Amino acid sequence: MSKLVISSIGPASSVQDGGRFGAQRYGLTPSGAMDRLGLAAANCLAGNAQMAPAIEIGPYGAGLTARDGAVRVGLSGSPRSADIGGRSVTWDTSVTIAEGETLKLGMARGGSFSYLAVEGGIMGEPMFGSLAVNARAGLGSPYPRPLQAGDELSVTAASAGTERRIDLPAAAAGPVRVVLGPQNDEFGEDAIGLFLDSEWKLSATSDRMGYRLEGPVIKHLHGHNIVSDGTVNGSIQVPGIGQPIVLMSDRGTSGGYPKIGTVITADFGRFAQIPAGTAFRFKAVSMEEAQTEARKFAELLRALPGRLASIDSFDLNVEALQDANVAGVAVSAMDARTWQVPAAQE
Amino acid sequence: MAAPLPPPRLLPSGDSAITVEFSRNIDDDANRRVLALDRTIAEEPIAGVIETVPTYRSLLVHYDPVQIDFATLGPKLIELAQRPVPALEKSRLWRMPVAYGGEYGIDLEDVAKTLNTTPDDIVARHIAGDYRVAMLGFTPGWSYLSGLQESLQMPRRQNPRLLTPAGTISVGGVQAGIQCLAGPSGWHLLGCTPVRTYQLHRDPTFLLEPGDRVKFFEVDHKTYAEQERAAEHGEIIAELMAA
Repeated sequence: MSKLVISSIGPASSVQDGGRFGAQRYGLTPSGAMDRLGLAAANCLAGNAQMAPAIEIGPYGAGLTARDGAVRVGLSGSPRSADIGGRSVTWDTSVTIAEGETLKLGMARGGSFSYLAVEGGIMGEPMFGSLAVNARAGLGSPYPRPLQAGDELSVTAASAGTERRIDLPAAAAGPVRVVLGPQNDEFGEDAIGLFLDSEWKLSATSDRMGYRLEGPVIKHLHGHNIVSDGTVNGSIQVPGIGQPIVLMSDRGTSGGYPKIGTVITADFGRFAQIPAGTAFRFKAVSMEEAQTEARKFAELLRALPGRLASIDSFDLNVEALQDANVAGVAVSAMDARTWQVPAAQE
Repeated sequence: MAAPLPPPRLLPSGDSAITVEFSRNIDDDANRRVLALDRTIAEEPIAGVIETVPTYRSLLVHYDPVQIDFATLGPKLIELAQRPVPALEKSRLWRMPVAYGGEYGIDLEDVAKTLNTTPDDIVARHIAGDYRVAMLGFTPGWSYLSGLQESLQMPRRQNPRLLTPAGTISVGGVQAGIQCLAGPSGWHLLGCTPVRTYQLHRDPTFLLEPGDRVKFFEVDHKTYAEQERAAEHGEIIAELMAA
């Protein structure tokens, strides 16, 4: 057994997995990773089941130290700078943190959440089949709350295997796709047009429960109160002030505001990664298109292991060599085998 | 032969859930149909359906679009929803203790003033209600009850409170509620129950099911304190009267 000790970590960082299902009828939200592709890719790199528990790291940096043995981790989701003892680590790879070493992660670049999966998984006590943190309900393990400096995670000692990288498809660009409904009939044509044709910005007050949007005021036809009904990940509620709130992984299971539309499954993780303050647009698609995209996304996840490559194959070393050259440090292809090159000196 | 029931509306909730809506309003008949469809799906599982979430007026059906698509599942749900609704006399009845007023129900006096009566009368009206769990939602164990007497119905507070206690017994609009965890609420707080409708490491973790009946009775503050301690040790406290 090894330990991964959190030496520093920003807010909105917690242990997450595929989530807990089956108790939404009792008001218990599934929680789980905001970006399932990021979670799955990190777990693939670490050799775990795709929806195994991993550390979801919010927009700020973090430091993690291996104790009582080496720890291998897989890094995916939003890219960020990473280094161990001054040696930089390429994103979307696995890396082994030797006993006593610290992996330092910078701020998220171009996204919000990164995933750090640990080879062999994170030890904890599942509640409703999940370790996912839901602080409001007192659920999550080993800590039923976001991670803090000083926390220790019990993990498996690193195996002798080689490090790996994963070649993910380029992130989809373009508007965030939605299916209109369930309460689009609570809005006039002009309000729906305004919702679909406007530029929106993600508010800084967003969190794992809901993403608040800033933009034009969306007016209701019959007021903003409906009798509460069920919600899903990506439900776009419009409260009285007319600024939409998109419900995220820690959403309430029911809500009393009309929902103009729903972010499609295939775009939910990409939407979750939009950084606060960033402008984006929505686009309505048909149910058929949304379900075709959902099936493609499921297939992408299923086929992820086929995108893994060992990083000591020659072609992959080219990138490490280039990184090293940028840093002005000569490195041999043999040394680049570990996919770690000296960090650039300022 | 009774005439077939009117079909519900199918509202798409994205590509992986359908809201089966029986009414736009709080309506006991609609809620009975929600619970009947919920039970039918539990007894006759549909491949690809992941879980169902009953609410006052609709059933949210979560499904996996890899296994079944909207065009196939929709008509199936319409058909099941038009089956005759079985009677609910088999519902369980729970009796729950409540400490009313004072620190346990800080709005009791104000509610009495607003409704031009005494706090005791408000308590009597609340206890007289024959409630049914219409749905659970928002946070774990938050139980929304139908059956609030008209004489206790009043608009929600203008300013929701950010923190209200665990076990809060409250009223808001035409609804009555049992709140399990401490959290925000815009409802009027009449009292607290020591009963925890959600408690980890207790069997059952969730006490109430949609469709269960609930009656309240008053306990003094000393009894409440004793029962709350017992509840912390995993006792259910609520009395099950009929099943």
